[in-house]
Amino acid sequence: MNWVALKMLLGDRTKYLGIIFGIAFATLLMGQQISIFVGILGRTASQITDVRDADIWVMDSNTRFIDEAPPLPETDLQRVRGVPGVDWAVRLYKGQVTARLESGQYRSTILFGLDDNSLVGAPRTMIAGSIDDLKQPDAVIVDKAGYEYMWPGEPIKIGRTFEMNDRRARLVGVCKVSPPFTTLPVLYTRYSQAQWFVPHNRNLMTYILAKPQAGHSAEDVCKAIDERCNGEQRRLTALTEKQFRWKTIRYFLSSTGIPVNFGITISLGFIVGLAIAGQTFYLFTVENLRQFGALKAMGVHNARILAMIFLQALVVGTIGYGIGMGLTAGFFEATSHVTHLAGLGMRIEIMIGVGMAILSIVLASSVVSARRVLLLEPAVVFRT
Amino acid sequence: MSAVGSYTLAAVAPIVVQAPAIGIDPAIRCRQVTKEFGTDDAKIQVLHGIDLELPPGEMALLVGPSGCGKTTLISIIAGLLDPTAGSVDVFGSNITDMRGREKVRFRGANIGFVFQQYNLLPALTAVENAAVPLLIQGWKRRQAIDKAAEMLEEVGIGHKRNSLPNQLSGGQQQRVAIARALVHEPRLLVCDEPTAALDASLGQVVLELLRKIAVQPDRGVIVVTHDSRIYGFGDRMVTMSDGRIDKILTDRSEFAH
Repeated sequence: MNWVALKMLLGDRTKYLGIIFGIAFATLLMGQQISIFVGILGRTASQITDVRDADIWVMDSNTRFIDEAPPLPETDLQRVRGVPGVDWAVRLYKGQVTARLESGQYRSTILFGLDDNSLVGAPRTMIAGSIDDLKQPDAVIVDKAGYEYMWPGEPIKIGRTFEMNDRRARLVGVCKVSPPFTTLPVLYTRYSQAQWFVPHNRNLMTYILAKPQAGHSAEDVCKAIDERCNGEQRRLTALTEKQFRWKTIRYFLSSTGIPVNFGITISLGFIVGLAIAGQTFYLFTVENLRQFGALKAMGVHNARILAMIFLQALVVGTIGYGIGMGLTAGFFEATSHVTHLAGLGMRIEIMIGVGMAILSIVLASSVVSARRVLLLEPAVVFRT
Repeated sequence: MSAVGSYTLAAVAPIVVQAPAIGIDPAIRCRQVTKEFGTDDAKIQVLHGIDLELPPGEMALLVGPSGCGKTTLISIIAGLLDPTAGSVDVFGSNITDMRGREKVRFRGANIGFVFQQYNLLPALTAVENAAVPLLIQGWKRRQAIDKAAEMLEEVGIGHKRNSLPNQLSGGQQQRVAIARALVHEPRLLVCDEPTAALDASLGQVVLELLRKIAVQPDRGVIVVTHDSRIYGFGDRMVTMSDGRIDKILTDRSEFAH
C-alpha cells in the first residue's frame, strides 16, 4: 500500500510540486537566514577566537563586549603576572583608529597592538609577508578583506604607506583572519608602535592576555586573578576565551536588533512553508477523500491510512528539504569568493535543526489532513 | 423511478424468507436491524427493525424510493456502519459483533464493492486499480498485478490495462471497478447503483457481467438500484419504503413494470 500511497501523491503533479515548492522555500529561507545569523554572531567574537595563544582575557569590569573595553593601567599587568597559576601575561591594545591613505582618503580601521616580545595574538595565516616583519619600524599587517577595502581592485603590494594619527605606517604583510562584525580593516602592529598610532590617552592597554600554568585550569586561574587583583571594589574581570566569546555574543543578542530581525525572517520562512505545505497537502487529501473512503471500505484500516499519509508527507518533505538545502549550499558556494561574505556558511547543526523544523511542518500537515480521513465514515462512498 | 406493480406499506409482522436448508449459511441475515441518526430532538430513525435473509447463489435487488434506507441498510450489511440495534450475519459471521481491525479485515477478505461513482484511484492504471484489494490483503505487487490482469481479461477490458481512469469511458471504468470488486474472490458483492451513470446498453452489459462472474453458488450479490431496466437480472427483489421492507419478490415476472 506504500506504493499506492506514492502513486496517489505523484498522480497529482500540481499539488505534489506545490508541496515540494513550499518545503524547499521554507528550507532555503530558514537554512540561509540561520546560517547568516550564526555567522554574523560568530563575527562579533571572531577576534577573540583568532587569539589562539592565550586562554585568559583580563579586562576592566565594565567591559560589555570586545569592542568596548575601558583601558587599564600598566600596573595591572604586573598584578596579573603575580597571581599563582599564571604562566605568562602580556598586554594587548585593541581600538578603532582612522587611517589616512596616500590618496588622501580616510578609512576607519581596527588596530591591534601586540606585545612586542611575544607578539601574542598575531594572525596565524599570512598571505604575503611574515609576522616577524612586525619588528620593523612603523610595521603594520592588514587582513586581506581590509586590504581590498583600503585599496579596492589593486593587487597586493607590500611596502605601501599610510598614516594614522599623523604617524607613518608601513604595510609589511597581508594576513587572513576571521571577518570582524563591523567589516573594517584589521591592522596588527607592535604595542609600542600602537602608542604612536593612537591618539594620546592616559592608559593604552585594553586587555591583558594570559595563559595558565600546566596543571591549572583556565577557570581556576581566572578565579584566582579575580580574588587577588580586586580589593573592595571590583575593577578587573578575568574570563576564559570561551566565556568572553559568549559574553560578547550575548551582548549583541540582547542589545541589538539582530536577533529580532533574523528571528522574524526565520519565523516567516517556517510559517510560509507550513502554510503552503499544509494547505496544499490538506487540499490533496480532501480531493482524494472519496478514494480514501473507498480504500477504507475495501479493508484498509486507519493505522494503514495514517501510515500512507505520513509516507506521502515524508517523501515530499525529504525531496523539498533536499532541494532547499541544495539551493542554500549553492548560495554559499556561489558567494564563497566574496570576501565580505567569508565565513558565512552552513553547519551540520543548522542542517539538523532545519531538518527538524521541516519534519514538524510535514508532521503538522499530515496530522491535519489525516484527521479528516480518519474521521471519514467509509459509508460516504455510497453517497453521490 | 418506474413502479414495479404496486408498493404496499410494510405489514406489522416482519417479512422473513428462509434460506434453503442445504447446510450453507445465508449470504445475509439481518435480525431486527435498526438505525437512528442524531440525538435527542434531532434523532431520526432510518431503519425500523429490518429482518431479512438472502440465500447464496442469487442476485438480490434492493429497490425503493430515495431516502427509504437502502444505502443505510447495505452500509450496515457491508460493515461500513454500525446499527443502533439488531445484528447482521454475512455467511454465518456476525459482522455487527466484530470490532475495529477484525471488522476491517473481514470486510477486506469477504466483501467486494461496486460503487455508483466507480471510485477508482485516478493515479493508478486500470490493472493497478483492480489489484488494490489484493494489495490490501498483503499480496506482493507483481502477483497482484498478474491476477488483476486476468480479472480484467475476464471482464473484457484486458486491452486497457495500462490506461488511467480518465482515459476510459464510463462503461470501461465500471468494468474495472467490477474487476476490482471480484479480484480477491469475495463471498459477498455489494453494488450501489452500478448502472446509474451508464446508458441502457452499457448498464445491460455491466449486469450481464455481474451475473456471469459474480453469481456463484457460494457467493451472494446484492444490488441497490433505481434502474428498472435491470430488474430482469435479479433473482429476488426486496422492496423498501420508510425504513421498512415492504415485500420480497422471487418471481421475475413480478419485477419488471
